[in-house]
Amino acid sequence: MEIRKIQELLGAEVLCGEELLGNEVSSACCSDMMSDVLAYVKDQGVLLTGLLNSQVIRTADMMDMVCVVFVRNKMPTEEIVTLAKDCGIVVMRSELRAFEAAGVLYHAGLGRKNDDG
Amino acid sequence: MAEPIHFHFDVDGQDFSTAGEASVVVKKKLRQLGYPPEAIRKVSIAMYEGEINMVIHGGGGEADIDVDEKEIKIVLTDHGPGIADVEQAMQAGFSTARDNIRALGFGAGMGLPNMKKYSDSMKIDTEVGKGTTVTMTINI
Repeated sequence: MEIRKIQELLGAEVLCGEELLGNEVSSACCSDMMSDVLAYVKDQGVLLTGLLNSQVIRTADMMDMVCVVFVRNKMPTEEIVTLAKDCGIVVMRSELRAFEAAGVLYHAGLGRKNDDG
Repeated sequence: MAEPIHFHFDVDGQDFSTAGEASVVVKKKLRQLGYPPEAIRKVSIAMYEGEINMVIHGGGGEADIDVDEKEIKIVLTDHGPGIADVEQAMQAGFSTARDNIRALGFGAGMGLPNMKKYSDSMKIDTEVGKGTTVTMTINI
């Protein structure tokens, strides 16, 4: 699925990485616990989170994730967005809650072909 | 691949927002050097977890990384409180991190188990009151 499609499905506002919206992702992960993301993520390209600090971006970068969605309309600081820009990670925010956002993407087919998704 | 490379970083124990910067630098460099993605992934996760641990528990310290064509060795040294019971600290889910750390998304007791999982060998030298040195090796 194109990242652009994720943006549309979540009605999200893109905060950086417009030029990367055409990139493809196959699965996503939803967590506020970065320890768990580091422990369990394998090929999920998208991170949905309600946690708001720079370690969210570093964790995503370490896991080769390409898109971070802040849920519940949380607004990341400029520092967080700049860090994401440097890492080549798309950042967006959505009004949806984490459970809804994950449900919408799953329903649309994201991560469903992936056994461990 | 070319000459062995050494990296040294001072890890600031006071600033959680900068934790992980050293890992980012190492990851980028390994990528430029053309190391295999799976090895880079293992180094990134193991080192990042270690760096976070140094900031959460150790009050910062030093990270030294040696890279050659056969292996990548990561040595993380802090001068923090040390680990009283290493076996317990290695158990998944065990953590002494306080709630303020959990609020930042860490402290789930997965750090050390993750470091062990993603490295090919890991050694912990620790002394209560003196500090901890973790040595991890990742084979290429």
